[in-house]
Amino acid sequence: MSAGTTTLEQSTAPDKRSNGVGHSGEAAGMPPTDISNPAYFHKVVDCQWACPAHTPVPEYIRLIAAGRYTDAYMVNWQSNVFPGILGRTCDRPCEPACRRGRVEAEPVAICRLKRVAADNKDDIGALLPAKPVKKNGKRVALIGAGPASLTVVRDLAPLGYELVLFDGDRRGGGMIRSQIPRFRLPEEVIDEEVGYILDRGFVETRFGTRIESMKQLLSEKFDAVFVGSGAPRGRDLDIPGRSEAAKNIHIGIDWLSNVSFGHIEKIGRRVIVLGGGNTAMDCCRTSRRLGGEDVKVIVRSGFDEMKASPWEKEDAMHEGIPIFNFLVPKEFTHKDGKLTGVTFEKVVAKKDEKGRRQLLPSGEPDQHFECDDVLVAVGQENAFPWIERDCGIEFDKWNMPKVNEATFQSTNPKIFFGGDAAFGPKNIIWAVAHGHDAAVSIDKFCNGEDVAKRPPPMTHLMSQKMGIHEWSYDNAPSNDLRHKVPMREQAVALKSIKAEVELGFDRSLGYAETQRCLNCDVQTVFEANLCIECDACMDICPVDCITFTPNAPEPMLRMMLTAPAENFTQDLYVSTPLKTHRVLVKDEDVCLHCGLCAERCPTGAWDMQKFLLEMTHATEARCSRA
Amino acid sequence: MTWITKPKLHHPKLPVNALGFTHRDYEGAVSTLCAGCGHDSISAAIMQACFEIDLPPHRLAKLSGIGCSSKTPTYFLGQSHGFNSVHGRMPSVLTGANLANRELVYMGISGDGDSASIGLGQFAHCIRRGVNMVYIVENNGVYGLTKGQFSATADKGSKSKKGVSNPDSPMDMVSLALIAGASFVGRSFSGDKKQLVELIKAAIAHKGAAFLDVISPCIAFNNHAGSTKSFDYVREHNEAVNALEFIEGKEEITVDHDPGTTINVTQHDGSVLRLKKLAEDHDPTDRASVMNFIQRHNARGEIVTGLLYVEPDSEDLHDRLGVTARPLNALSDADLCPGSDALDKINAGLR
Repeated sequence: MSAGTTTLEQSTAPDKRSNGVGHSGEAAGMPPTDISNPAYFHKVVDCQWACPAHTPVPEYIRLIAAGRYTDAYMVNWQSNVFPGILGRTCDRPCEPACRRGRVEAEPVAICRLKRVAADNKDDIGALLPAKPVKKNGKRVALIGAGPASLTVVRDLAPLGYELVLFDGDRRGGGMIRSQIPRFRLPEEVIDEEVGYILDRGFVETRFGTRIESMKQLLSEKFDAVFVGSGAPRGRDLDIPGRSEAAKNIHIGIDWLSNVSFGHIEKIGRRVIVLGGGNTAMDCCRTSRRLGGEDVKVIVRSGFDEMKASPWEKEDAMHEGIPIFNFLVPKEFTHKDGKLTGVTFEKVVAKKDEKGRRQLLPSGEPDQHFECDDVLVAVGQENAFPWIERDCGIEFDKWNMPKVNEATFQSTNPKIFFGGDAAFGPKNIIWAVAHGHDAAVSIDKFCNGEDVAKRPPPMTHLMSQKMGIHEWSYDNAPSNDLRHKVPMREQAVALKSIKAEVELGFDRSLGYAETQRCLNCDVQTVFEANLCIECDACMDICPVDCITFTPNAPEPMLRMMLTAPAENFTQDLYVSTPLKTHRVLVKDEDVCLHCGLCAERCPTGAWDMQKFLLEMTHATEARCSRA
Repeated sequence: MTWITKPKLHHPKLPVNALGFTHRDYEGAVSTLCAGCGHDSISAAIMQACFEIDLPPHRLAKLSGIGCSSKTPTYFLGQSHGFNSVHGRMPSVLTGANLANRELVYMGISGDGDSASIGLGQFAHCIRRGVNMVYIVENNGVYGLTKGQFSATADKGSKSKKGVSNPDSPMDMVSLALIAGASFVGRSFSGDKKQLVELIKAAIAHKGAAFLDVISPCIAFNNHAGSTKSFDYVREHNEAVNALEFIEGKEEITVDHDPGTTINVTQHDGSVLRLKKLAEDHDPTDRASVMNFIQRHNARGEIVTGLLYVEPDSEDLHDRLGVTARPLNALSDADLCPGSDALDKINAGLR
């Protein structure tokens, strides 16, 4: 058994936009793939590569399969801080990236498996970081108690920082608590996971007090300030009738947060939701639970162009909410100061001469929909009225602070931004990723180090061979199609704002779903000098991804393979020249990681090796150097 | 062998043939041979060839004897007919099956032990009779199942894994087939799938006894330095006489690229064997000169591969015997038992 743990300290952190693997593409053919570059194998693990926080997904899926829910939870907690919350609400960029979706119809239900870990774990109190014995004497202020700030707190607290967290609301969580409806995310889950950070005496909270002046805050002599105040302003719709019917026209995110905090408990019978994003979906589904019987979503764009995630649209339609497209709101109609409906102009999508999509009036008569209430969910914006423009932070022409994309530092070196406050509205998992990066920067800044120098990820590459045909991972992929998450009976679900709609996978369904994972982190590692070119791997490969061929420049080589490699976003693994001067080329695109190449290899030229990449957060970066 | 079954998931863009099948529809059970066995590559070539000529799997009958090679029919075309006979007796069973139903494609899979030792007589006579079949010898020069003794095709002076030299002369299966009258003779190497697939396709289209000697390294007992059937040795000494392109009759033949260096041989079914000549003094339609050619190159220690000999206007056992054109299972009682009048006529003819 050839086992080796390698730490690639010399390498750089993976670039989030390109694979960082240089293919010079010289005429003689492709250069051999450099697998010592952590970005190469990282990119093969599509889900982890796509996750902004680079959660090692296959690693925790295997732990769930083994019934080690607590361990699976902690792998998540390390990377994304809010496994139970994200397991219900994540925008899941990992799923469209999942390799399973390319070899079969649908990706692994990664997000819902995360919830299985959270639902079934034991008490994790003992596994959380201990309170530091010694303070390091640095004070950091954090504005806004949402996911970005909480991540910064989690990463910096064990290092001995004195952290002061400000929020206008009385409880921590930010938009997680204020904007996500309870039927998608129960309050206990928020309390638990926010509690792991706030209830351990790591941080001083000043809740219920809104920061009104950055200058005043800076005068309190903090060593650094983190702004994680989100994008709190819902965009309004300034069309005729807006002010006259104001009583029944509500801004979506404000309305949602009033519902969340119990200030609003009812809505009219007929409701129109304007907007096509995830907030609109939350608004319409919430309305159905607060007395709205006839709830419609009306959107300017076409159905496919809507910003909402496909599954959120599905969930809304499943609750009997129709979605109308290509209708632009023109006027709020009202009578005696009371809203009566909305008039829409019909549009069609056309491409202009530059090929850009445009919505042009169709010429058909306007359409009027009657309603009692309107929820406006047409986007949200950042707002920094409380940051004086002369406190060293430069703003751009869109009135957004200038923030470095890698370090999250503003032009005032001691002030950092993250989450929606940095680059506009995204989602929780991005806020977490920002928080990790900002924490690294803050820690470096407070220690007088160069914030531009980022700590490399930790990587391990270890053989999974246990015997001639035995691997320490379950290499036979299941043929099951994606399992559906059980839902609460609709009649019951629609009666209460607090009844969680999705019930989550139980243990056995969760196990079945884990078996669909292809273990993309168990890499096919090839040793060219051991190969005798017997073709056994090529013959057995169930997805025709292995070819022995003369080398050629990449575009040509891609067409010379057993099955053409037409997915250019996926790399080719090219060996050094073999005895016959050919090279081995493996198209990573649809590899099942079943290990049959390695099982049929007579000389051990192929081996299945688990590639584990862990991002280095502020905590580990500082501790490993100490 | 492997412990998991080959996953059903396949490449989403696999080409399909005229029957709507992908090459994966031509698979059999997962091989239980040693990892890296040349025989598995030959099985893969057979599957590829059958896929490319759109052969409905149930139209193939695969027959074998005993040995590593004779296990392989299980590992390809799981939807076809198969018969695993006693050691060295596959040719008789194949001949009988072929006489009974001439409409199937017959493929005899054998090894150097099964055909050059215990079955030598059966091999020679089956070829001599011109049975319409593809006879493939998966030739590794060693008795793998009994752990590595020299077989009858091991070259004189070739070394065993333990370092012992072989004192005996080898059987050259290709020469033997030519002497016995095979009308299609080729040699290939399990490590050269491109050549092998074309040869198998051409052999299936051929009418009469088509013989293919395929050198197939035994990864466990005959792939060391000193062996003349190892991957390295065969690659170093491989002299391809031609590059074959098999063109099915239904395809239109476009203009010949290189007259002089390319010859086209049209077989009885209209298929064309386009041969790009690689050896100057090789004429694949002249039996005597081919035998001469092979002996000359054997003496130089070269392993000649490619389509060595083909007789375009070949005939088979059925032609020679003048038997009914229909499979026996398609004959009615009236055909089989024509009545006493017919019997009287026959008897009268013998008086």
